[in-house]
Amino acid sequence: MKQRLQNFSQAFSFTFSFSRWFGILLKEFIQLKRDRLTFGMIVGIPIIQLLLFGFAINSDPKHLPTAIVMADPGPFARSYVAAMQNSDYFKIVGGVDEKEANALLDRSQVQFVVTFTPGFHRDLVRGKAPTLLVEADATDPMAAGGAISVLNRLGLEVFAPDLPGLEKTATPPLDLRVHRRYNPEGLTSYNVVPGLLGVILTMTMVLMTGLAMTRERERGTFENLLATPATPVEVMTGKIVPYILIGLIQVTLILLAARFIFDVPMHGNLLLLYAVVLLFICANLTLGITFSSIARNQLQAMQMTFFFFLPSMLLSGFMFPFRGMPEWAQVVGNVLPLTHFLVLVRGILLKGNGIDMVWSSVWPILAFIAVVLGIGLRTFRRTLD
Amino acid sequence: MEAGMNDSPLVIDVTGINKHFGDKHVVKDLALQVRRGEIFGFLGPNGSGKTTSIRMLCGLLTPDSGQGTCLGLDVLRESAAIKRQVGYMTQKFSLWDDLTIGENLDFVARMFGMERRREAVDRALEELGLAGRRSQLAGTLSGGWKQRLALASCLLHRPRLLLLDEPTAGVDPKARRDFWEEIHRLSAAGITVLVSTHYMDEAERCHRLAYIAYGTLLASGTAEQVVAAQGLHTREISGASLHGLGEALRGLPGVDLVASFGNVLHVSGRDEARLQASLEAFLQGKPLEMAVVPASLEDAFIHLMQGSPDPFQG
Repeated sequence: MKQRLQNFSQAFSFTFSFSRWFGILLKEFIQLKRDRLTFGMIVGIPIIQLLLFGFAINSDPKHLPTAIVMADPGPFARSYVAAMQNSDYFKIVGGVDEKEANALLDRSQVQFVVTFTPGFHRDLVRGKAPTLLVEADATDPMAAGGAISVLNRLGLEVFAPDLPGLEKTATPPLDLRVHRRYNPEGLTSYNVVPGLLGVILTMTMVLMTGLAMTRERERGTFENLLATPATPVEVMTGKIVPYILIGLIQVTLILLAARFIFDVPMHGNLLLLYAVVLLFICANLTLGITFSSIARNQLQAMQMTFFFFLPSMLLSGFMFPFRGMPEWAQVVGNVLPLTHFLVLVRGILLKGNGIDMVWSSVWPILAFIAVVLGIGLRTFRRTLD
Repeated sequence: MEAGMNDSPLVIDVTGINKHFGDKHVVKDLALQVRRGEIFGFLGPNGSGKTTSIRMLCGLLTPDSGQGTCLGLDVLRESAAIKRQVGYMTQKFSLWDDLTIGENLDFVARMFGMERRREAVDRALEELGLAGRRSQLAGTLSGGWKQRLALASCLLHRPRLLLLDEPTAGVDPKARRDFWEEIHRLSAAGITVLVSTHYMDEAERCHRLAYIAYGTLLASGTAEQVVAAQGLHTREISGASLHGLGEALRGLPGVDLVASFGNVLHVSGRDEARLQASLEAFLQGKPLEMAVVPASLEDAFIHLMQGSPDPFQG
């Protein structure tokens, strides 16, 4: 390198041919133009980053789905719910009973359950600060913060016009009790460590299989492979299996670290967790193999991996609360297997969800595998033609 | 040998084979007949469609149109069955550099689903003379050894037809000679060999030849037939100062081709009378000698190449 720099500076000091320099410049542009993928990445990555950081990432998420358990229906409770709705932080999905509310929380279908305790109306009128119970899904502690602070403020705003004495009292009108479910201390590691499981698997599984196949093509060994009677399915699956094992080893290491270093609780069935992990590994491997049958060399496979990895990190709910993203970003996020995998892992590890609770997040991953595998098999057949 | 060969059944018998890549017509109406046990040479300039033709014969590529059989199997519909009986040696070394010699052979044997795989691999290593180096990485072999390993790997499943795509590119003369002796042994054992090459000495070692340029088959037959078909008459010029002579001769009437062969110059033309007249007039009073020689295969090929401009170049 040093030698080369010296050569360059020597050459530079003697002669500098503008036309030669321009020729090289032109050649680079032509090559760049021919290499659509690199060109796409150069343009695409900054745009995607701009979009993501500019619009999608909102650490103060709004419109969080909320279930109401109404033990004491009355005008004050009703106007409080209306005020919650108006605050934009909450999207009221309806009134339910306690049992149903818990199930909704477990399945991650709501972020909050707000319970109006019996005697709410009476206590409020008497100035005895009634209890408002808020149960928040704190597996991602960032997601709940802003909304909870709003609940405090709302009490004063809603009830003051009807209860003129309220403003003068020193105590707040409501006794707001927040239960941070699944993660009572609001530890981010509870959220991040299971999330990392998914992120690391996405990264390595897609990349490794992507490279494994393009390496064959780059070195010319692929032609040899095709000249044998081996079928596309044989080649594809044969290349996938070793990486499934690698993936399972990675998962075990991460889980051990989660248990013994980060003290992440493990409430659910480990066997179910591994089953879910296996499904997720398959999704990523199928994608990796498909990338590799489209990419012409290892560099392109690597670029495609990052092209997929970036939205997976940012739009899946790993880095930022899923519900804090605008609708279009949530739609994109819902396509990504990592999004559903995160819900599954947090559900099984932190909430102790059983096999009956996972289906709603399993089928989107299955659908992803089916579509990507279809594309992969079709492109694989056309490899030499 | 020729007479016996003509009675052998056809191993490759295809007609009207076409292949396009995008808007490039890479192989045009290829017709090829190769008999059992024959060594068939496939010649032509770079990018002339040789590799594409070979890939179509072994089922790696599907022809856009055409018909015919390879080993009695339909080239369009039965490529999977053809693959099992064909040994294909790619132009570039295409075994796995990061596998050992033994692992490579074992992998190939597995791919062909061979019974008694270990025995076959051991035998191949023994024949190769690589038994002692079976755990050496294939990537660390020299060019000549890589080529021998590649040949051994495509013979492993005992194919009836060998397709060799420029097998001796970048291999030293001794290794090339050994390689061709092996090819002749295989041919004598009844294996048909189709081999593409750029080397004239190798072309002359083939029983029959085909010359393909820019997708079109221009000539085929034995070496003598191909030379004779060009109708070339050749004069060999020798003398003290041949330097610069080629340029001067090239424009003369009747001269179609000038090629240097070391210390002599081959001047060829289709019209013998004009060639003779031009050369006699030119050589008048110069310290050069002229002799009548038969046109060589190389003369014929260069003449063929000149007569077929590259359509992709504009």
